Amino acid sequence: MKILIVDDFSTMRRIIKNLLRDLGFNNTHEADDGTTGLPMLQTGNFDFLVTDWNMPGMTGIELLKAVRADAKLANLPVLMVTAESKRDQIIEAAQAGVNGYIVKPFTAATLKEKIDKIFERIAAAG
Amino acid sequence: MSDPKELYLAQARELVENLESGNDAEVERLLDHLGRRREEHLFQELGKMTRELHEALNNFQLDNRITDITESDIPDAKERLNYVITMTEEAAHRTLGLVEEALPISDELKDNANRLHAQWMRFRSKDMSVEEFRELSRELDGFLNQTVGHAGDINGKLNEVMMAQDYQDLTGQIIRRVINLVQEVEDKLVGLIRISGQERLSRPADAETEKDRMMRGLGPQVPGGDSVDVVSGQDDVDDLLSSLGF
Repeated sequence: MKILIVDDFSTMRRIIKNLLRDLGFNNTHEADDGTTGLPMLQTGNFDFLVTDWNMPGMTGIELLKAVRADAKLANLPVLMVTAESKRDQIIEAAQAGVNGYIVKPFTAATLKEKIDKIFERIAAAG
Repeated sequence: MSDPKELYLAQARELVENLESGNDAEVERLLDHLGRRREEHLFQELGKMTRELHEALNNFQLDNRITDITESDIPDAKERLNYVITMTEEAAHRTLGLVEEALPISDELKDNANRLHAQWMRFRSKDMSVEEFRELSRELDGFLNQTVGHAGDINGKLNEVMMAQDYQDLTGQIIRRVINLVQEVEDKLVGLIRISGQERLSRPADAETEKDRMMRGLGPQVPGGDSVDVVSGQDDVDDLLSSLGF
């Protein structure tokens, strides 16, 4: 499974990359905001997107909306991992079609649980 | 002939001509006219300056951002920076604590491995009785079990050390916000200097709505800060999402 991690902080990308490797996902790629992430998604055949919200350039919510608006990417599972914790923001992300939402700081167990849930649901729907 | 200088010059020539020809009434009228023109210009300039000053002062008083900055943003920034200190301190202690816990575990493994290695070398050089070998075999069994457990412990602690580094992202976001605020204060101060320096300031439109700010991202919540309508943790997020049919 090919995964794109989008976060403007390289330390957080590294943490997520390590956690994903622990969960058996070795094929991860990184981008530091939506502006660089979106073209990678459009050409890279990714299976899963993990993105932050608050980033300079294109934010995570804009990236999510761009993904859902792109016919080729519309069904890509998206997990948001962010410090944004206002209820209105979570609702906004849900309405924009996010598949999972994790607030920072988070634990390895939470990441595993949300990823498992996303793929269970996809398997059940497919 | 709209140039005031040309006008003055023409009237001055007329005045000289009338003075030389002794036309006192006309001299009087021209002098009056010149004086009035001068006053009119002075009043116009004064009026313009008064209006500019009035507008500048009004704009300055009406600029809610300045009030916001002093009343809430600066105290909020101080709170945020204090939170950065707390977070970095906690992360450092968490990391140091985990290292302190992991070191004796790896020391114990190293000591036991060294001791068993020495005995193993004796066995390899056939310098060991059967009884001693039985004892060594039991010890090796115990050591292998211990290694599995201890390596698992160390692994867990290293993972926790890795997770503790998330402070860099969270505090980085907070510091970035404070930098933006400092930039804004600097811009406002430059505006203030412009007003006192008589230069008209062109105010940037700061009509950013709450929604715009939210879409750009508000950053990590600071305890005791603006925590209205904020989830209290992952469980809260999950509850909210499941209420939305997730």
